[in-house]
Amino acid sequence: MSVTPKRVTGALAALTALTLTVTACGGGSEPAGKDAKNITLTITANAIAGGKNAAGAEWIEKWVIPRFVEAQKAKGVTAKVSFVPSGVDDEQYKTKLALDLRSRGGADVMSVDGIWVGEFVQAGYLKPLSEVSGDQVDAWDGWSQIPESVQGLGTFEDKRYGIPQGTDGRVLYYNKALFARAGLPADWQPRSWQEILDAGTRLKAVPGVTPIQINAGTAMGEATSMQGALPLLVGAGGEIYTDGKWAGATQPVRDVLDFYAKVYGGGLGDPRLQQEAKGRDKSFQEFAAGKIGILAEGDYFWRSVINPKDGIAKMADRDSVVGYALFPAKQPGAGIRGQDFVSMSGGGVDVLNPNSKYPSQAFELLSFMHSAEATKAQLAGAARITSRMDVNKEVLAGDPMLNFVAEKVLPLTAYRPPLAVYPQVSVALQEATAAVASGRSVDEAASAYRKKVEGIVGGPGNVSS
Amino acid sequence: MVQATSRPDETVEGARPASGASPAPDAAGLGRARAAGFLVPSMALILLFLVVPAVWTIYLGVTNYRLTGLAAANPEVVGLDNYTRALGDGRFRASLLLTLQFVLGSAVIGQAGLGFAIAFALRGRRGPLRRVVEGFVLLSWILPSSVVAFLWIALLDRDAGTLNALLGTPGTAWLLDHPMLSIIIFNTWRGAAFSMMLYAAALENVPRSHLETARLAGASTWQQLRDVVFPRIRGHVLTNLLLISLWTFNDFTPFLITAGGPEQRTEILPVYVYKVALSGGELGFGAAISFVMLLINLVIALVYLRMLGRRRERA
Amino acid sequence: MSTVTRADQAARAAVRHVLARVGRYVFLCLVLAFFALPLLWLATAPFDDTPTIATSLPRFTLDNFRALLDNPYALTSLVNSVWLAGGTAVLVVAFAALAAYALSRVRVPGRDALLYGLLLLSSIVTGTATMVPLFELAFRLNLIDSRLGVVLILTGGLLPAAIFILKDFMDATPTSYEESARVFGASRLQIMRHIVVPVVRPGLATVGVWAVANVWGNFLVPFLLLRGPDKAPAAVIMYTLYTEGGQADLRLLSTFSLLYSLPVALMFVFVSSRYGFRFHGGIKR
Repeated sequence: MSVTPKRVTGALAALTALTLTVTACGGGSEPAGKDAKNITLTITANAIAGGKNAAGAEWIEKWVIPRFVEAQKAKGVTAKVSFVPSGVDDEQYKTKLALDLRSRGGADVMSVDGIWVGEFVQAGYLKPLSEVSGDQVDAWDGWSQIPESVQGLGTFEDKRYGIPQGTDGRVLYYNKALFARAGLPADWQPRSWQEILDAGTRLKAVPGVTPIQINAGTAMGEATSMQGALPLLVGAGGEIYTDGKWAGATQPVRDVLDFYAKVYGGGLGDPRLQQEAKGRDKSFQEFAAGKIGILAEGDYFWRSVINPKDGIAKMADRDSVVGYALFPAKQPGAGIRGQDFVSMSGGGVDVLNPNSKYPSQAFELLSFMHSAEATKAQLAGAARITSRMDVNKEVLAGDPMLNFVAEKVLPLTAYRPPLAVYPQVSVALQEATAAVASGRSVDEAASAYRKKVEGIVGGPGNVSS
Repeated sequence: MVQATSRPDETVEGARPASGASPAPDAAGLGRARAAGFLVPSMALILLFLVVPAVWTIYLGVTNYRLTGLAAANPEVVGLDNYTRALGDGRFRASLLLTLQFVLGSAVIGQAGLGFAIAFALRGRRGPLRRVVEGFVLLSWILPSSVVAFLWIALLDRDAGTLNALLGTPGTAWLLDHPMLSIIIFNTWRGAAFSMMLYAAALENVPRSHLETARLAGASTWQQLRDVVFPRIRGHVLTNLLLISLWTFNDFTPFLITAGGPEQRTEILPVYVYKVALSGGELGFGAAISFVMLLINLVIALVYLRMLGRRRERA
Repeated sequence: MSTVTRADQAARAAVRHVLARVGRYVFLCLVLAFFALPLLWLATAPFDDTPTIATSLPRFTLDNFRALLDNPYALTSLVNSVWLAGGTAVLVVAFAALAAYALSRVRVPGRDALLYGLLLLSSIVTGTATMVPLFELAFRLNLIDSRLGVVLILTGGLLPAAIFILKDFMDATPTSYEESARVFGASRLQIMRHIVVPVVRPGLATVGVWAVANVWGNFLVPFLLLRGPDKAPAAVIMYTLYTEGGQADLRLLSTFSLLYSLPVALMFVFVSSRYGFRFHGGIKR
């Protein structure tokens, strides 16, 4: 609380004292309120009925809560569980959670983006699960169903802070109809960046078609990093953060920018689209309308954008016209860990609020939400890559694309560093891609990027070159 | 000749405060104590919900406070580091320059100019035309920002925008080719209503006979404005410019249209602060920039006061 | 000779008069087009079964409204907005009127400097950087998840400009009525209610509408302070009509935009027909 100016504290001392006594937390190894007969718990997620991620909200309200209450009743506990929906920009949702946690308030179970975990932990907002809820955490049988790499989403410095909801992977989507017109194969799988560019050159001959859409610039925000710059970076054998240092103007970073220069300088992409505030929406619509040849995206694109049933840019002939290929490394073997193909992943994590009044029951609720049964109910018939292997095995069989992601992409994938300055470094990288896409030289963009990153992470000592 | 009929008459102005602007001290017999009582509710609210957070923000400006990460747990006082960093930051200076363009273009020239022109064209007029014009101008002022932002995106869109359809210029990316001009015109549209209302009231202050005399004496419209109208509405011009410059300087709405882009070419200071404080999480730095903005607002206010003078001060 | 010039002059003046009239009409029509044009989309898209960013004659449907009614929060959010905006407007108008009256009638040293200072501070508090202090303040005062908290914070932010505007109105009203009322033994509040308020009523109405419009569009304060959509105003719910990838659902968004805009538009029509909506007679110096 050292941010508080003394005079303000003084003026409000009485009220503060009052609130602090109410929210003072217990501590100790035995979770408080373990044997309580009346409990109240709240869940919050960036989901809302009738709006953003409505299915997620419905699952919590209609499935999780009634069944959890029922299960508690069977144990003789009266549980009152409520859901606090949100449904805004992730940045704003994150801000609100941080403010809540900072004032020791907020919901007991919170759904967060995996990359927030580290910065929340560093800020003292989250505590390791076993510290909050005791031994039952490590004893939970669900852990064995969650692959180590996916558990990493909710792990920071080797401690578990939450249970991951699922994950995703990046691929290259392509339009088979356009490929046929350009004389390209229907089962395309590029093995190097050059092969992507070659395909782009062929597609350029088809009138009215933008050959390649690989997100660039700041208008697309994190989508530029996740669907473009970072998969390319790992494909060039680099990582944005490794061994305590952030990537500066390294060779892999230059390679990435060089690829952008070739796409947008070589007329293979639409540089203006990258600058438009609604550019990503537009790229979706253009792909759905058959005007884009190759587009780099996550499996979200397949599930929620061009889904013929309820996508936001429906493609009635998705299953027959849209192909997908692994994201290649710069050349075979040039990717991180010597890989031929690469991907980036992210995913949501459900964490526990360390200020929960009923930490033990909060974990019961959390683990209940991640039981196989609950996870299956959450999908409600749709396919998505969940964190549980047993569930994936069952549900992904019916969806070849997601099965492809789970089987072929996830073993190759990489994650972003969950640190507080990452968003700023990410923006610096996006700016570098913007500079190159609008015609500036790779050298210029790379050195501007390096300078920027040095400023963000506290000097050249924390930046690799 | 024109001057003979309509000089900016200092004696008239000098005489006005006695009857109008600042009434003789306590003509209503309010009494200081009662006046203080009338002030208490608003001053209490302002003190608690405006001054306290403002002072607190100024304090945050000398810390390295962040919302998350290590600096959230242990913020440190870093003195004037944030300020030296801001002043040395090319992005901040570019943003400041853009903001000044935005204020000059959309508030001083756009809103005040267009608002005055509309008020002048409508002066002395009653009936449906006036009501319709005023209605639309005011509508654009009171609609929620998130809605009007969407309307302008739809209007200026590159592929399917209404403007391109009307002008027959398909594919013109207004928001990319002329981003600053676009948000200046947007903000003119958005805020002209306030100036229009204020000047409409001001123009009722200008005796019709004076304008009539000037016209009969052969004064052009411009001469009438300069010699008859302006001297009488000087105070309104000041109030108007002060308020709309302040509001425009701190207006965040352009973000909803351009997100500061393309390539930061519309990244005015409120947008910059948003990106620094909310997206980047650097609340300390963001608070410092906010305070710099406050100081710049102060300078702008002083410049206006100096240029246009506030007669009440003389009274 | 002189008669000729005079006739000549008169003719020229007449021509110029006609030209000025024509010019005035042309100008007003252009103004009308400029201000109406962006609003077209709001008139067509909500009724289109597949709205796009383009303004086009809709393939008429009311399905979008039906879809919106299925949203459990859409309508209540409008009611919430009414509470927040109404509460704030009442407080702002009442408190600003009292303060402006006092400042206008009694000479307080440093009065103008105080007003300018507060006006400048109010600009800082509307920015993003203040959100932590505002949140912490509300938290300490136990105003989290309280509509009252939102109303108070917004009122604090709007008051300086409201006082600034209203004081100019008050300055413009002659004090002679008040003096004679005082002679007849009216109390100060009676004077305020029966003499001052009627005179400055258009000004109060204008400031009230201005306050409502400000609160109606404010996202950040209610978003940070209120918990859950049951209390959330329309400005917050508007942002939930996007997909998880941040893409706009144009059917819901356009329809909700229309519903969200209607109350303020109706309020404006009501207020302007009932009380007059301009700085009529106000801000005279």
